[in-house]
Amino acid sequence: MCVPEERPSAMSFEQLAMPLFDRLYNFAHWLTQNRDEAEDLVQETYAKALKGFSSFEPGTNFKAWMFRILRNTFLNSRTGLKAATVPLDPAEDDPALPAETQTPETILIDRTSREILQAAIEELPVVYREVLLLCEVEEMSYQEIAAAVAIPIGTVMSRLSRARRLLRQTVERKLQLRSAS
Amino acid sequence: MTHELWTAKLDAYLDGELESGETAELDSHLRECPACAAEGLRRLQWKKNIQSAAQRYVPDPKLRQRVQKNISQPRPVRRWWPAYAATLAVLLLLVGIAILREGSRQERNSRIVSELADLHVSTLASSSPVDVVSSDRHTVKPWFAGKIPFTFDLPELQGSPFELVGGRVSYLEQSPGAHLIFRVRQHRISVFIFQERAVPEGFPSLGPTDARSFHLETWIHNHLRYFVIGDAAPEDIQALSKLLK
Repeated sequence: MCVPEERPSAMSFEQLAMPLFDRLYNFAHWLTQNRDEAEDLVQETYAKALKGFSSFEPGTNFKAWMFRILRNTFLNSRTGLKAATVPLDPAEDDPALPAETQTPETILIDRTSREILQAAIEELPVVYREVLLLCEVEEMSYQEIAAAVAIPIGTVMSRLSRARRLLRQTVERKLQLRSAS
Repeated sequence: MTHELWTAKLDAYLDGELESGETAELDSHLRECPACAAEGLRRLQWKKNIQSAAQRYVPDPKLRQRVQKNISQPRPVRRWWPAYAATLAVLLLLVGIAILREGSRQERNSRIVSELADLHVSTLASSSPVDVVSSDRHTVKPWFAGKIPFTFDLPELQGSPFELVGGRVSYLEQSPGAHLIFRVRQHRISVFIFQERAVPEGFPSLGPTDARSFHLETWIHNHLRYFVIGDAAPEDIQALSKLLK
C-alpha cells in the first residue's frame, strides 16, 4: 500500500488550529465590528500562523499564540490602528485600584438586557474589550491573557478591572435611558 | 482583612486567580458574610451574562472551508494510484468534519449542563430560591401562566417521598422556562422545563448521568425539554423523572 509522506508539523497545525476557528472568528468580529474585516482578519491569521508554525514552541500555549497573532494582525490593520489610538486612562497601568462598587441589581434582574450588554461591550475601547473577552469568553488565565496581549500581568488585572467597571457604568446608563424613554 | 478588601478580591476569586491560601480565606469569609456571598453570586451571574452575550458572532461555513483549504498541505501522491488517494482524502475529510462537529456539539452540550448546574446551585444559595412558595401543584402551575410561553403538567406526589417546594421563572439560552424545586429528605432537586427549541438540536436524552458531581436526567415530552438535576441519589433523580414523564 502506498502511504503518502507525512508532514507532521503541518498536520499538527491543522489539528491544533481548526478547533479554535469559531472562537477566533468571534473575537475577530468583536475587534473589527465588521463581518468582512473579521473574515479577512481570520484568514490572514491562519496564513501567518501556518507560516510561523515552525517557530511555535511545543508545550507552550497554542491558543494564546493564535490569539496573539490575530490581535497583532488586527492592530496593524487600518481599523486596528485607528482603535489603538484611543487614549488610555492615566491610571490604566496601576494595578492598585480602589475597591469595586457593588454590582447593580438592575442589571442582573433584567434578562432582556442582552442587547444592551452587547452594545456596551462594543463601546468599550479595544484595549479593555480584548482583555474582557479573553477572560470572560475564552476563560483564559491572567497569565495566558498577558501572553496573548503581550502586556504584564499587573496590566491585565488593571485593564480587566477597568473594563468591568466601564461596562457596568455603560450598562447602567443605557438601562436608565431605556426606562426613561 | 477588612470587608472592603475582600470585596475587591471577589473578581480575582471568581476568575480563579487567587493564591490557594487566599482562596481558602475568602471561602471561609463568604460562608460567614451574607453581604459578600450575595455580591459574589451577583458577580458570578454578571460574568455569565457577559459570556453569553459575547458569544455572538458565528462564522460563515464557506470561510471555514476556505481557511481549511488554505492550511491543508498538498501531499505527494503516486500517479498510478490517484483514485485510491482521492478516496482516502475524501474519507479523511469526512472523518475530520465528523470529529469537528462532534467536538463542537459536545462542547455545547457540556456548556448547557454546566449552566443548569450553576442555576441549581445559585438558586439554592439564594435567600429566596423560589418566587411561588407552595407544595400545592394547583397553586404552582397556574402561577406560571403568562410568565412562560407554554404550560406543563405536574404529577401527584402523594405517597411518594417527594415534596414540591415551589417554582420560579428561569432562562436557558435566553428562552424562558419553569424552574421547580422539589425536596426529598434533606436534598433539593431542580426540575427545569423549557420549550424543545430552547435547547440546540441534537442535545441527547440522557438517563441517569453525572454532571459536575450532580446527577442529571433529561428527556423531551410533548415538545418540552425536561432536566432533573440535584445532589440526591441517582435512584431519587430517576424516581422523580419517572413521576414527571
